[in-house]
Amino acid sequence: MKFRNTDHREHIVLQMTPMIDIVFQLMVFFVFTFKIVLPEGDFNIRMPSAQTSTASAMSESPLLRVRLRATPQGELARVQFGDVVLDGDAPFYHLQTRIRDLIGDEAGPGSSDQEVEIDADYNLKYRFAMNAITAITGYVDDNGEQHKLVDRVRFAPLNE
Amino acid sequence: MRIRPRGPQGIVEGDLTPMIDMAFQLIAFFMFVINFSEVEQDQRVTLPASELARPPEAPYEQPLTIHLTDDDHFIYGGKELTSIGALRSDLLQETQIIKRLTNKDIADVTVIIRGDEDAKTGMVQRVIQIAQELGFEAFALRGKQSDIPTLGGERQMQPE
Repeated sequence: MKFRNTDHREHIVLQMTPMIDIVFQLMVFFVFTFKIVLPEGDFNIRMPSAQTSTASAMSESPLLRVRLRATPQGELARVQFGDVVLDGDAPFYHLQTRIRDLIGDEAGPGSSDQEVEIDADYNLKYRFAMNAITAITGYVDDNGEQHKLVDRVRFAPLNE
Repeated sequence: MRIRPRGPQGIVEGDLTPMIDMAFQLIAFFMFVINFSEVEQDQRVTLPASELARPPEAPYEQPLTIHLTDDDHFIYGGKELTSIGALRSDLLQETQIIKRLTNKDIADVTVIIRGDEDAKTGMVQRVIQIAQELGFEAFALRGKQSDIPTLGGERQMQPE
């Protein structure tokens, strides 16, 4: 039986050019549509206008007031929780501690229907108001778990 | 002079395999990180940080995003507005569009406020106030997610 010599096989050249073209086009598309999105989050507050809120303002729990006073430059001058002035290096941390003591978050996260009103000076930098909202609405424990404190936060009517 | 005859010249082919590998890896990377969601971020606004700021569990149905810069300008709908009156008239227009084209209640539309950390708290309150006057009730104060505590204090001093 005679076998045909198969050594002289034809050298197959793959056409890579179209694939590389497409790959580069895809790369260019992705590079141009790429945008860095910083992680952001929200504090949701429900604040109806004064006319509509009078009916729903009747709450069993007394309203807690947090006053934020500013220096003329807009820096934080003083934090006051009710009648208590919170001094020290970390007034918002102390505010959080006081709210935790008052609400007793052992009862469960977010169990309070307490409402807190933030009365901030007009020129106070917004970051301090955000710190106050953070201190009031919850805390993160050592395990990194989030606990809610007060859900209902609102701003006091504006006084310039 | 005797010229030596040259041998048959083969086709010189570069090895494209590493380049194609790399290109595919880049494409895979960009495909995983691409984000088609229309996130309204603006480089002119530096959000205040908060460890409690978490993205909403479900996207808002029809949010309105208002940016507030540190020089008391507003960015709404891609336009930079220098006065609160201009913002008010734009919001009024928006409410009319919502009322006319959708059957959505204005009170259910969430107004996202992206205030700069150095913006005045009073300006944020003014934005809330004019939105309230137009019937908006749901607000989301946006902050930058932070992995480190922003309130100061000594978490390590807490009883374990």
